[in-house]
Amino acid sequence: MFDAPHPTLATPTTPPTRTDPKIAACNVDVHYGTTHALRDVSVEIEDRTVTAFIGPSGCGKSTFLRCLNRMNDTIDSARVTGVILLDGEDIHDRRVDPVQLRARVGMVFQKPNPFPKSIYDNIAYGPRIHGLARSKADLDGIVERALRRGAIWEEVKDRLQASGTGLSGGQQQRLCIARAIATEPEVLLMDEPCSALDPIATAQVEELIDELRASYSVVIVTHSMQQAARVSQKTAFFHMGRLVEYDATSKIFTNPEDARTESYITGRIG
Amino acid sequence: MTDMNPDKARRSASLHRPDARTRRRNAAEKRFRACGLAAILLGLFFLLVLVATILRNGAPAFTRTVLEIELTLSPAQVDAAEAEVFKTRAYAQLFIAALQDQLETRGLDVAFDAGALERIVGQPGGTIRAHFQANPGQIGEPVVFELAASSRVDGYFNGRVSRATLQDSRFLQASDLDLVDALADAGILRRAFNLTFLTGADSGVDNPGGAGIGAALVGSVYMMFVVLALALPIGIAASIHLEEFAPKNRVTDLIEVTISNLAAVPSIVFGILGLAVFIQVLHLPQSAPLVGGLVLTLMTLPTIIISTRAALKAVPPSVRDAALGVGASQMQAVFHHVLPLAMPGILTGTIIGLAQALGETAPLLLIGMVGFVARGYPEGVVAGFTEPNSAMPAQIYTWAARADAGFYDKAWGGIIVLLVFLLTMNLIAILLRRRFERRW
Repeated sequence: MFDAPHPTLATPTTPPTRTDPKIAACNVDVHYGTTHALRDVSVEIEDRTVTAFIGPSGCGKSTFLRCLNRMNDTIDSARVTGVILLDGEDIHDRRVDPVQLRARVGMVFQKPNPFPKSIYDNIAYGPRIHGLARSKADLDGIVERALRRGAIWEEVKDRLQASGTGLSGGQQQRLCIARAIATEPEVLLMDEPCSALDPIATAQVEELIDELRASYSVVIVTHSMQQAARVSQKTAFFHMGRLVEYDATSKIFTNPEDARTESYITGRIG
Repeated sequence: MTDMNPDKARRSASLHRPDARTRRRNAAEKRFRACGLAAILLGLFFLLVLVATILRNGAPAFTRTVLEIELTLSPAQVDAAEAEVFKTRAYAQLFIAALQDQLETRGLDVAFDAGALERIVGQPGGTIRAHFQANPGQIGEPVVFELAASSRVDGYFNGRVSRATLQDSRFLQASDLDLVDALADAGILRRAFNLTFLTGADSGVDNPGGAGIGAALVGSVYMMFVVLALALPIGIAASIHLEEFAPKNRVTDLIEVTISNLAAVPSIVFGILGLAVFIQVLHLPQSAPLVGGLVLTLMTLPTIIISTRAALKAVPPSVRDAALGVGASQMQAVFHHVLPLAMPGILTGTIIGLAQALGETAPLLLIGMVGFVARGYPEGVVAGFTEPNSAMPAQIYTWAARADAGFYDKAWGGIIVLLVFLLTMNLIAILLRRRFERRW
């Protein structure tokens, strides 16, 4: 059973250590126009851990995920309040450039969205704009490494110049994951990455997520409780815009403290 | 609820016999498809009629009637002519003598006087003298002259002029046509390709034969350059800003409404704006392609902005998300991913805008790009964007408004040139689209 030591909020005077949370969110509220989508969410996400967000549709789990790399900035009507710390630094600080933040906090979306470019260019785009490769050979290496870690290298190594949009849905999603890890992020946010995939592709992606845990902090939003149970070590249950319960996955699924959590995982609400 | 069982009601009908409802639906669909087909056929029919009419009426503008004659002048003849007081008349007499000579050698005996010949080919003395003065080496050698016949003779060959319509014309008399027929039989008068029409400038109101669309074509090309160089970057920049960067608030709403309204403003309003701003305030040269291009830019901008915004909107937001998700800045997302995908749509809008601008006459009336006869063509006109010029539609308008029926052919011919120019532009746009077209 996974038993992490209770994380404590990092203060600027103590440098982040292994036990410090990777991301600490405190009293986060999100409004879309007049809709109050997320209410007072506080959560600490650990490094090298898979954290699952579960909950019924519209409960705010995706909204919260999009707060973590400030993707909500792109929605005009969205207003985010509260504090979110990445390695102890406020990501809403005026000095923070969201572009730099998103290079460190990568994201994989619900629908596979490869660029309508070649497979190679899909992966190489991020490293190129961030200047991670010094030479063509360097870039080739990064692309191969990312595709290997995305568990798709064997399938596409002979057609790197083929269009990324010509792949099957599962391959596209793994391509997107490979694209996200090519920029060497520290946190990987995944918004229902398997909802458009068949069970075999889902299994491949889940296996991949498990491997990624060795180097990244992975946060995954999922509708499938089985998936949350399979891949995550920590699970957060959202309901009606509130974080109801956040604990070790095994505890959430076997002995939840909140009645709503129990109802949801046993299929009575949701 | 009644106890009627919908399943039972359905099962009672046979699949081999369509029920009344299905028959009605199928009939309605058939009617609609027939209507659509009829509409398309009607449109094609009108297009065919239009193209056929334009080609039939416009073709004569590309040929002209020339009087071809071989002339050999001895040095003595030239000296004698140069000694006369009316030098060109002396040359004309040499020309008449040569013509009579040729007719006689071909065994044609037609009486003609200098007056009739003048009505047919004008006064060729000046042309001949100018040629020998420019090429003194050719004195004593045979030189072939192609002299343009008058527009009435041209019309006679086109079937526009007949003996009946010539009864009381001072330009060409019915009796002259006997001479025309004889010259045509002798092969001296014939139709030849009219290069002047493609390369020349407009002529005076009484000389339709010398009129050409070339200068106006150059003017139109210059204006298209100005429009393309200004409207495309400004339009795309404005659209990108409005669509991707600007916050959605009242100010941007107002701007959006204004742009839509501007697209519907009559073009002559832009013309008077151009007159007031570019010529009267900024003192840019009148009748210049630069000013015409600026006015047409103002007119084209709303079209380009609206279509560019639509093209940007049509790019799936997932592409933007993907780019932002790997840490691209908003500008990188737009320029690396969104804009290339929107390019086909942008090109379509641009070409529609340019085609509109190319065919626009009204605003050009107000800045003096109409009713223009080039002096010092080609140097003066081809020289640049600030030299006086006209544009093709304005030139066609001028010709159509002239009294001399000879300009009628020119107007139709001008329309052919205009359409060919437009189709070339469209072709380039389609080829560019092909290059940019990608699926997502």
